[in-house]
This record gives sequence, C-alpha cells and structure tokens, in this order.
Amino acid sequence: MSALVRRELRIAATGGSALLPLIFFLLVATLFPFAVGPDAPLLARTGGGALWMAALLAALLPVDRLVEPDRAAGVLDQLALRGISEESVALAKLGGHWLSFGPPLMLAAIPAAALIKLPAAVLVRLELGLLAGTPGLAALSLIVAALTSGLRTTGALAGLLMLPLAVPILIFGAGLVGAEGDSGALKLLAALSLLYVAIAPFAAGAAIRAARD
Amino acid sequence: MSLLALRGVACVRGGRRLFEGLDLVLEPGGAALIAGPNGAGKSSLIRLAAGLLRAEAGTVERSAPAALADDNPALDAKLGLGRALAFWSGLDGADPAAAMAAMGLAPLAQVPVRMLSTGQRKRAALARVLASGAPLWLLDEPANGLDADGEARLEAAIAAHRAGGGAVLAASHQPLPLAGAARVRLG
Repeated sequence: MSALVRRELRIAATGGSALLPLIFFLLVATLFPFAVGPDAPLLARTGGGALWMAALLAALLPVDRLVEPDRAAGVLDQLALRGISEESVALAKLGGHWLSFGPPLMLAAIPAAALIKLPAAVLVRLELGLLAGTPGLAALSLIVAALTSGLRTTGALAGLLMLPLAVPILIFGAGLVGAEGDSGALKLLAALSLLYVAIAPFAAGAAIRAARD
Repeated sequence: MSLLALRGVACVRGGRRLFEGLDLVLEPGGAALIAGPNGAGKSSLIRLAAGLLRAEAGTVERSAPAALADDNPALDAKLGLGRALAFWSGLDGADPAAAMAAMGLAPLAQVPVRMLSTGQRKRAALARVLASGAPLWLLDEPANGLDADGEARLEAAIAAHRAGGGAVLAASHQPLPLAGAARVRLG
C-alpha cells in the first residue's frame, strides 16, 4: 500500500502536473482583483468565495491523469493480478492525490489571500475549510477520473459529472469563510468531505473493474 | 494439483461469442499454445485465465499466482528501466537483476522506459514476468517484436521455468518452440 502511495506521489512530482493546479489557483487570485476592481472591502467580502471556486476548478485539472494512464499502460491489470483489490488501489490513489494537491493548495492560499487582501481571521477560516474540504474534492476527482477512464474526451464530461457533486462543498466552504464565529459550516463541510472520502474507494474501485470489461 | 483449470469456458466480447465449451488444464511443467486468426479470442482467453475478464459460462480455477505479459508494458515511462521493474518486484518481494540479465537488459537499467524500442519493451515485460516468481506465466504474443537473440532468451527462460515446475499459457500466431505443449485452436 505504501509503495502504491509513494508511486502516486512520485508520478505527481515528476509529471510537473502537481504544479498546474497551484499555478492555476494563484492565477485566479491574481486575476480576481482585476475583474472586480481594487476595492478592498469588496475584495475581502467576495475573495474567499472566489478562492473556493478556484480550489474547486484546480481539483478538476488533474482528473485525466489520475486513472487513465495506469489503465492504458496495464498497471491496473498487473495490480489486480497480484491480488491487490481495486478498492485498495483507489484508496492509495486517493491518498497520493490528496497529498500532492491538498497541502500545496493550503500553502498557496497564503499568497493568494495576500493578493486579494483577505483579513487574517478570514485566511484562518479559509485554511481550515481547505483542510476539511480538499479531501472531499480529491475523492470526487478520483471517482470522476475512474468513471471517465477509457473515454476519449474526458475534460468536459469530468466537469459535468463532478461540479454538481461539489456544490455542497463549495457552499459550506465559502459559507465558512464568510461566517462570523461558529456557524457549524466547518462541521458540515468535514462531514461531507468524510462521506465522499468513504465512498470514493468503493465507487472508483467498481468503476475500474467495470472499465476492464 | 493443476495450476490452471478451465472447464467449459465461453467468452462473449461486444455481443459476439468468441468461443465456448473450452477445456484446458495446465499441470506444473506444462505448457499450452493458443493459436488462431486475429480476433479469434486469443488475448481474451489469456485475460480470462488471468481473472481480468469474467467467463460467460464455465469455470476458471487458478491455484497459483499468475504473471501476465501482454501488449501493455505497465512500466512507468519516465523511470529508468531498472527502477520501473523494481516497483513490481518490490510488490512481488523479488529481485529484478537476474531477470534483467536473463533477458539481456542489464546494460539498459538506467535508460528511461519511454526511450526503449518495441523489442526492448517486450523484453522488459518478459523480465517482469521472470522476476515475479509466479508459477503460472500468461504470455500474450511473447515473441512480438523480439529479435533472434530475444527469441532464444525467451525460449531458454520458458524452458527453465517449466523445468522448475512452472507452467506457461502462451498465445501466439508465430510458431513458438514449446516442447510438448498442448494446442488450443480458436476460431
């Protein structure tokens, strides 16, 4: 299992694709003030939501490289032949994917928050939300990646499949950023994230098995 | 105790019945050669035996781990060949060095997999099978892309494997020198 997670991390690190979501995230944070104007109170009020949108879309970027290359190269077949269940493979991929995407995104949120002049208290709530929400986003990307592996045009379809399911994460994540005090949004966000993480290995594992026929 | 037993197996792909009522038993030291025209279901039979496809009818029993070499090398393209093979042998708890030497790949250990030629990739896939230590080898077109030296190495590896109590199920449209192999004719 740890060998599988290490392999996922190595592929993410050497493929250069781990950097893409980060650059995308920072780029959105850079562009946002240009779009709404340099009004600091307005930026501080809407910026958190914009960063959540950026995080959601950044999670979609690596969907086409999560499962499909391994399926096409026969890696998934070789793992199955060694008696490693598709669920374990999916769980390893989920762990590797989150590690290469969640913590870097949380780091990138710091300069991004500076770019749109978010107050420190808001940044803390944003980071908490990302910590709770990114595992759920990673789980959704993995499910969608497994469902669309083997199809020719995955990009648009992946977005159509994933974005509706990600709406609750976005609502509670952005709600947490905008909320004063304890609103329960963090708990709901964490619960939702946990649900997606719990479902993902089984859903993605079943999709990997189905893609084999 | 047979390593692989297929009884009354039928295979349907894309709504087409490729074969049915197929019986095949592989004992330790045994070999079977699947022959047939393109699209007759040779690769499907190999994948059935590997447990990667479900049989439409009949039973597939495997009493030992199997190693598969097919068209997909399943090696990380960016890694050097040695490290790419080491990932699999790490899972198998084996050492890839002897297998690489047996397939004549030792000088290529540092070369990234994506730079390898078709024949070298095939040798690498075979080296992965050699290193796996699995008693049952499933080889889909193992001689494809191999040069004369590669074919001789493949032959020697199969002979050594069978002498050690292993069994081989191979699909090929080229003549493979498998002494005393059962013939399975599809299509």
